[in-house]
Amino acid sequence: MKYVLLNYTKAQTAGERRAREMHPAVAAVLERPAVSGWVRLQPAESATTLRLESRKVLLTDGPFVDSKEFLAGLILVEAENLDGALAVAAELQELDVTAAIEVRPVLEQKLGGA
Amino acid sequence: MLEDVFRDQWGRVLATLVGVLGDIELAEDAAQEAFALAAERWPDDGQPEHPTGWLIATARNRAIDRIRRERTLAIKTEQLERELRDRSEETMDETETFPDERLELIFTCCHPALALDAQVGLTLRTLGGLSTEEIARAFLVPFETMSKRLTRAKHKIRDAGIPFAVPLGHLLPERLDAVLAVIYLIFNEGWGGGRVDLSAEAIRLGRSLVELMPDEAEVHALLALMLLGHARSAARFLGGELVLLDDQDRSLWDQSLIDEGRQLLERALALHGSGPYIIQAAIADLHLREPRNWEEIALLYQRLEHITSSPVVTMNRAIAVAELEGPEAGLALLDRLELDDYRYYHSTRADLLRRLGRDDEARAAYTRALELTQPGPEQRFLESRLADLSQSAEQHPDPQGSAH
Repeated sequence: MKYVLLNYTKAQTAGERRAREMHPAVAAVLERPAVSGWVRLQPAESATTLRLESRKVLLTDGPFVDSKEFLAGLILVEAENLDGALAVAAELQELDVTAAIEVRPVLEQKLGGA
Repeated sequence: MLEDVFRDQWGRVLATLVGVLGDIELAEDAAQEAFALAAERWPDDGQPEHPTGWLIATARNRAIDRIRRERTLAIKTEQLERELRDRSEETMDETETFPDERLELIFTCCHPALALDAQVGLTLRTLGGLSTEEIARAFLVPFETMSKRLTRAKHKIRDAGIPFAVPLGHLLPERLDAVLAVIYLIFNEGWGGGRVDLSAEAIRLGRSLVELMPDEAEVHALLALMLLGHARSAARFLGGELVLLDDQDRSLWDQSLIDEGRQLLERALALHGSGPYIIQAAIADLHLREPRNWEEIALLYQRLEHITSSPVVTMNRAIAVAELEGPEAGLALLDRLELDDYRYYHSTRADLLRRLGRDDEARAAYTRALELTQPGPEQRFLESRLADLSQSAEQHPDPQGSAH
């Protein structure tokens, strides 16, 4: 099965985030055979959110959910079952670089457009 | 009679079907169909020679038939298609040996990715064979709520790919803890509210687990703990009123359950167990002996405190300390704890305050305990204690006049 790990971290300023190199231990986890892809995201303040209001697309500056933690990256994992995905997530979480990780099974067999 | 057979077979049959069909909902429907057919036929035709095999084979064949008929059915998993190819012409026979997969099923139901109340409900439904309605009634929630909870859990198992397997190696201790916690929670739910059926259900589950994991010390210890508690159930109430352990009629204790509990405890010790359940079972055993060895009990609670760091354990140690060193020493321990929402914390405090003659504080503590207690024997017990305090205040008026 395919899973996506949604990594949430404490909000950082753009400067902080750009300046930060990837933690070598994190890089090691991303090398695991179960990991089939990943992306890191720019800070939430760079986000633009689209909504439909009165049939018109409305743009707002900022992320969809405004909170202290923001979505910082996605990791695509291929595992036999949930325990396989949880193992990768737990290894990452133990490094204490993310606030929380949400593990979501992928609906389609292929992740469209990824 | 037939109902007993069904209760005994349900978990076993369902587990094998989940293994074959790869989906709990599908397996449950198929099992229900087979059990209904058995209820219809067995009384006239007599029980088949291999009832388990008959139920599994019938359920499996019916499920496959139905899937063949409804090719569009969305639940055709890869495993099922393979199964269909392999066995396209043959029908499963009741004399076949079916693997017992109840252990796989219980680890699926108690997977930590499911909410605890869902784990509990699902375990009672799939392994206990309780109906959704019975589970809803036992946990005092509307039928719809329980039904939704179970359906949601079954869908999550399917959609998130929660494994149908016994966890390997390093995951096993943690996952087994979760299974034991679910069974013990079911037991305790039956204890406080006097809903004995749930306690009996937990014991059935505990027995199955001992049979399935004979080398796990904590599995034996949990069953020992439950049996040693359950052995006193007939003596815990007199005419619907709660009777404290010291006042219980010991002739009402079930000696065979006590013996069995002690044997299980010994087995757990022989397996070099040192976990929380073995300590709790040892404490339960000490409570049944006369005179009670409070020193030993306090020591065991201290060990349990180190493992669990639970304030409830410290509270129980305080009770033993009060017996050894006096109520004041017990109170000193209690006052450090943050258990304001726990009814037994306040009733324990109240009892120690009462023994110290601090009646006003005792009354306040009983009142707080009562606020947290559901109507029933426990509530009536606390009310009578509170009434006793008021009475003694009338008989011996407080010289300062502060007592009401």
